[in-house]
Amino acid sequence: MTTEARYSLYHPKWYRHPVSVWWWLSSWRFTKFVLRELTSVPVAIFSLLTLWQVRSLANGPEAYARFEAWMSTPLAIALNLLIFVAVLFHAQTWFHLAPKAMEVRLSGKRVPDLLIIVSNYIGWLVVSAVVAWLWLGR
Amino acid sequence: MLKRMTPLLWFLFSAGGTVAALLFPVHVLVTGLLIPLGWIDAPGYDSVVSLVRHPLARLYLFVLISLPLFHGAHRFRYTLYDGLKLKHLHVPIVLICYGSALTGTVATGYFLWNFS
Repeated sequence: MTTEARYSLYHPKWYRHPVSVWWWLSSWRFTKFVLRELTSVPVAIFSLLTLWQVRSLANGPEAYARFEAWMSTPLAIALNLLIFVAVLFHAQTWFHLAPKAMEVRLSGKRVPDLLIIVSNYIGWLVVSAVVAWLWLGR
Repeated sequence: MLKRMTPLLWFLFSAGGTVAALLFPVHVLVTGLLIPLGWIDAPGYDSVVSLVRHPLARLYLFVLISLPLFHGAHRFRYTLYDGLKLKHLHVPIVLICYGSALTGTVATGYFLWNFS
């Protein structure tokens, strides 16, 4: 007898089904999931655009005019259109996921999902109106 | 280190996701489309500056820029893991994703703090 570790001669090697990098193209549900996750990129780009806007505001009227001029180029418009679609998709999926991510109880009863989703949309409309008014209505 | 940060990262992800969902559509629509296309008049430089001078507006802008950066970083990290099956590269992915979000946050804080 030896004290060495005992190895089984025929240890089973687990079979792993090879998955392609493009696995998410096989079904619309998967594609939608990856597209939803990819809205992270347009979201981050818009944060950086807003950061650039703040920086050009801080740097004076000429810098701000350059920012505004770039935002009017066809490339920027196309980019912002893409960002807008992505951000709407993100908002829609986010509002619909909210009741699944967090259960809200009022006096012991679970608040129905639909109520949470609808109040998300109402809050969204109110907040959007306030922001648009602050930004433009002066 | 990353393990201990995980709850914070998920918190930043969901806070940033909420900010992006509630506030980004109207901001993109106004700043990125309606004003550049000339459908509505752009507020002048002086009026925007006077608005941003208000401390609350600066706090608002800081939250508006920084939290979605962390949201994007966190979500993109997992997109690279699952979508592109890059989990074995997790160290550079983590450093690049959160590093950029942190850099953007520091830059935002710097510009807004020194705004005059």
